[in-house]
Amino acid sequence: MDPLESKKTYQDYVDKKSPNSKILKNCFNAFWVGGLICTIGQVILNICKERGFDTQTSGTIVSILLIGISAFLTGLNLFNKIGKFAGAGSLIPITGFANSIVSPAMEYKSEGYVMGVGGKMFTVAGPVLVFGISASILVGIIYLIFNTQSVTLV
Amino acid sequence: MDINWANVFEISSLLKCFIVGGLICVIGQILIDKTKLTPARILVIFVTTGAILGGLGIYQYLVDFAGAGATVPLTGFGNNLAKGAIEAVKESGLVGAFTGGVKAAAGRNCGCRFLWLHRSTYFKA
Repeated sequence: MDPLESKKTYQDYVDKKSPNSKILKNCFNAFWVGGLICTIGQVILNICKERGFDTQTSGTIVSILLIGISAFLTGLNLFNKIGKFAGAGSLIPITGFANSIVSPAMEYKSEGYVMGVGGKMFTVAGPVLVFGISASILVGIIYLIFNTQSVTLV
Repeated sequence: MDINWANVFEISSLLKCFIVGGLICVIGQILIDKTKLTPARILVIFVTTGAILGGLGIYQYLVDFAGAGATVPLTGFGNNLAKGAIEAVKESGLVGAFTGGVKAAAGRNCGCRFLWLHRSTYFKA
């Protein structure tokens, strides 16, 4: 048997053996857990607005609270279970972002606070921040050049 | 201070938020299941998409429609960055493009970094 063919047959074998990830069920779970997290955020947002904060401040309060909650749940090891069940439902909201920072921070605690916690904290979140901030800088420069948002609006 | 709980649990805003937030998560779930992208890459894609849509001014419509359903997912984080950059460019020109995004997300970032540090202090892996 030549190597290429064996590789292909092996791939077929793996595809046959590995359980099909049930995409419909996964999507449903992701939908309602993600929706629920956002709804909790909306409730906090509404409370903030009722107490007279402006939209920007309320948004910041919502993210800080949600991140605090999810960091707390990660510490209790509960967030991993939610993550396994809901997949992207807990990953895409800001909670997943917090989880991605807390878990390496906890894992590498044994390496010390400076290089362990401080250094490994951003192994997952680092790229997110770098690309997000880079994109925002590009947006700012493009805005500066064209001086309007509506140029790009079709 | 009195809180009007009927406004807090206004059903239409919560429903819109639930559906939009859920749909954004479903997009992420499809990306996880159908492609071989790692979660970190998906997060990067979401933030960058949010920043681009925010820069084009499209994302603001979604925020107006769904509230937290659009701001809580990571695309909202990207939108926040882009919005901050644009605000700062209006104020201080080219330098604003570099300072604005981070400034807008500062409350979120720095407050949370403090929290993260604390969590990792309290809990063991």
